[in-house]
Amino acid sequence: MNPSPLWIKNGRVIDPESGRDAPGDVFVLDGVLADCLPPRAKREAVVIDAADLVVAPGFVDLHARLGEPGNTACETIASGSRAAAAGGFTSLVAMPNNAIPADNVGVVQLVKEIAAKTSLVRVFPAGAVTIGHKGEKLAPIGSLKKAGVVAVTDGSDGLQNNEMKRRTLEYASMFDLVVFDHCQDTSMTHGAVMHEGVWSVRLGLRGFPSAAEEIVVANDLLLARLTGARLHLQHISAAGSVAFIRHAKAHGVPITAEVAADHLLLTDEALRDYDTNFKLAAPLREETDRRALAEGLRDGTIDAIVSDHSPVTPTEKDREFDLAPFGAIALETAFPVALEALYHNRDAATGGAFPLSLVVDKFTRSPARVLGLDAGSLAIGKPADITLFSPDECWTPTADGFQSRSSNSAHIGRPLRGRTHMTIVGGKIVFSAKPRV
Amino acid sequence: MFRVCLRGGIISVCLPGKRFPYPYMTDDTETTEWNRKDLVAIEALSSSEIERIFAQADVFKPSLDSREKLMSLRGHTVVNLFLEPSTRTRTAFEVSAKRLGADVISIAENASSLVKGESLRDTALNVRALGADMIIMRHSSAGAASYLARVLDIPVINAGDGAHSHPTQALLDAYTLREHFGTGPRRSIAGRKVTILGDILFSRVARSNIHCLAKLGASVTLAGPTTLVPMTFTTYPSVRVVHDLREALDGADAVMLLRIQHERQTTTHFPSLGEYTSMFGLNRERAGWLKQGAIIMHPGPINRGVEVESEIADGPHSVVLEQVRNGIAVRMAVLHLCAAAWREQRHLTAGTGKTAP
Repeated sequence: MNPSPLWIKNGRVIDPESGRDAPGDVFVLDGVLADCLPPRAKREAVVIDAADLVVAPGFVDLHARLGEPGNTACETIASGSRAAAAGGFTSLVAMPNNAIPADNVGVVQLVKEIAAKTSLVRVFPAGAVTIGHKGEKLAPIGSLKKAGVVAVTDGSDGLQNNEMKRRTLEYASMFDLVVFDHCQDTSMTHGAVMHEGVWSVRLGLRGFPSAAEEIVVANDLLLARLTGARLHLQHISAAGSVAFIRHAKAHGVPITAEVAADHLLLTDEALRDYDTNFKLAAPLREETDRRALAEGLRDGTIDAIVSDHSPVTPTEKDREFDLAPFGAIALETAFPVALEALYHNRDAATGGAFPLSLVVDKFTRSPARVLGLDAGSLAIGKPADITLFSPDECWTPTADGFQSRSSNSAHIGRPLRGRTHMTIVGGKIVFSAKPRV
Repeated sequence: MFRVCLRGGIISVCLPGKRFPYPYMTDDTETTEWNRKDLVAIEALSSSEIERIFAQADVFKPSLDSREKLMSLRGHTVVNLFLEPSTRTRTAFEVSAKRLGADVISIAENASSLVKGESLRDTALNVRALGADMIIMRHSSAGAASYLARVLDIPVINAGDGAHSHPTQALLDAYTLREHFGTGPRRSIAGRKVTILGDILFSRVARSNIHCLAKLGASVTLAGPTTLVPMTFTTYPSVRVVHDLREALDGADAVMLLRIQHERQTTTHFPSLGEYTSMFGLNRERAGWLKQGAIIMHPGPINRGVEVESEIADGPHSVVLEQVRNGIAVRMAVLHLCAAAWREQRHLTAGTGKTAP
């Protein structure tokens, strides 16, 4: 049975796809967007008062770890989808590198089945590039594509060998599959736990030099040029990487790139008290990097903002810094963090505040385009994936306030501006902060 | 038997028939209270807090010649949790705690439940539950001491955490320098030139000394191969980085040699120990580049023939064994002050470590 018609009234409608940014109403009939409702549907419609709120396409996250199958102590597809809905995301690309890797058709089908049964949002599985992410033997990429993966990636472990990377790109291009790369030269990052710089020296911790990322970015750009295949660079964190990507795009190399929201707001100084919730890969870097990332978003060098949601149980995070796993949960904070860093930016030296529509674009139209997903738009006839948010409402995340099964957030106790009020997937309300109907 | 009397937070030590003078009673230190239950890193300390420790060490040092124990930590159980190999530091802490009258238990990693997979938090909480009043920890991970101090309500003394900090080593080094340079009532190492030579990148001793010497007004030169002494260290206050040994030693008042730590180097940072010695080893000729009367220090253990020739390590300008001895006095001071601050915080009476009703 189709959900009730929706009449979302009096909001500020932002749709980057059409360039619309104006007050107005949005209608949903039979789970898709409509330009108006017939009289009968209008009488039956659920009316949502969106006064003071922005009505935007549902957010699309290219980079989330949902833990299932294999790491369900930290997250499940169900809990991850609740976190996504609370953060305004309606589509997620689920990373394949759990303890049970998505390097075969069975696991991909399992993810799809569990998602169909338990997920509040759309889950698009990504597959492994190599068996077990070991970088030795190609996974059955064609079969994975048939099973429904939208991209393939090996995380930080797999693709270190250029011959393997080149053949992967060529082979994946046969299926129009995008290869996602976590850019890290692991020969330079043995034992590294944070950005290499002033703070790593002070804290006595081993660092990831920026060059360990930049080298792989430059390398990948050359391979993308060589093969003409579609390559997408994950969670870019260093200023040099942004410059390389800008140069390559100017020369027509078919490359896309993303940045994790946390990297837009935080720097390595946050690690000064050895708080393991700031231990991320890619690592938080310096202020110059943070600014370069924002600049890259503004001029289109970087296509998308992602959550890089990485749940880790409190037990695993609560230990010596060197021994704690990398990652932070971010589905529920990514959009507010990006607003805080970009839309609420008052620093004229960095170009001042981003237009709200540009921030929304980096969460909707642009990431959907990276994979050609039918999402991130409010066009008539599209699936009604819609997010209602307040760009200015201030709130403070707390450790016990997350929908995620884990609480390893880098923003606990930090006031953020911007909050999701309602999330709609296929015309169905999957999250509502307070009654708006 | 010693008598110990508390006076304005500073303990004075009295031997029967003999009374030690109070050379430390400067205006500064008398007004400085010590309020920390933990000693995790030098970075957090003010220069007057450092002077406060030195003043207390001055009180304790003369007692080292006696065979009698003090009673400041009587009834306290001090646990030495050493999760990385150590001879000097572990023994020095053990001796220090025992001289203050504490009961000392030493736990090594291979003898602890950590090898069975117990977490540091659980090990520490269990040790606490067994009645520990104070934990002294060495750990291979930077930040482990501050983690433990957050977990536990009892004093945590950092005996070295990864490449981060080794505060008591820096304090005993500065104390040794101050003893050596000091003549007047206001002993000072301000304005002195100290060169730290060797494996700086992986050294917690260097990091702690940089902070400590800067706070006390000395200027610090870091020297060694480019791979072990990156220019990033110039972001510390009052620090310069030099990769030429002659320039590094020229006119220095003191040189601190650091051990080349094979066990911390995951990749090759220099071709061989032989090449290191040929470029940076301290021998008689090179020691002549130092200022006349400059002292030679080493935190130990020494790789003889690598970073220093034996004749220099054992020579008249070497203060290596004085450092070890001062390590007892300084650590006694640290244990005493932190325990006293903790008792104060917990409204406990001096002399007993057990919870008051």
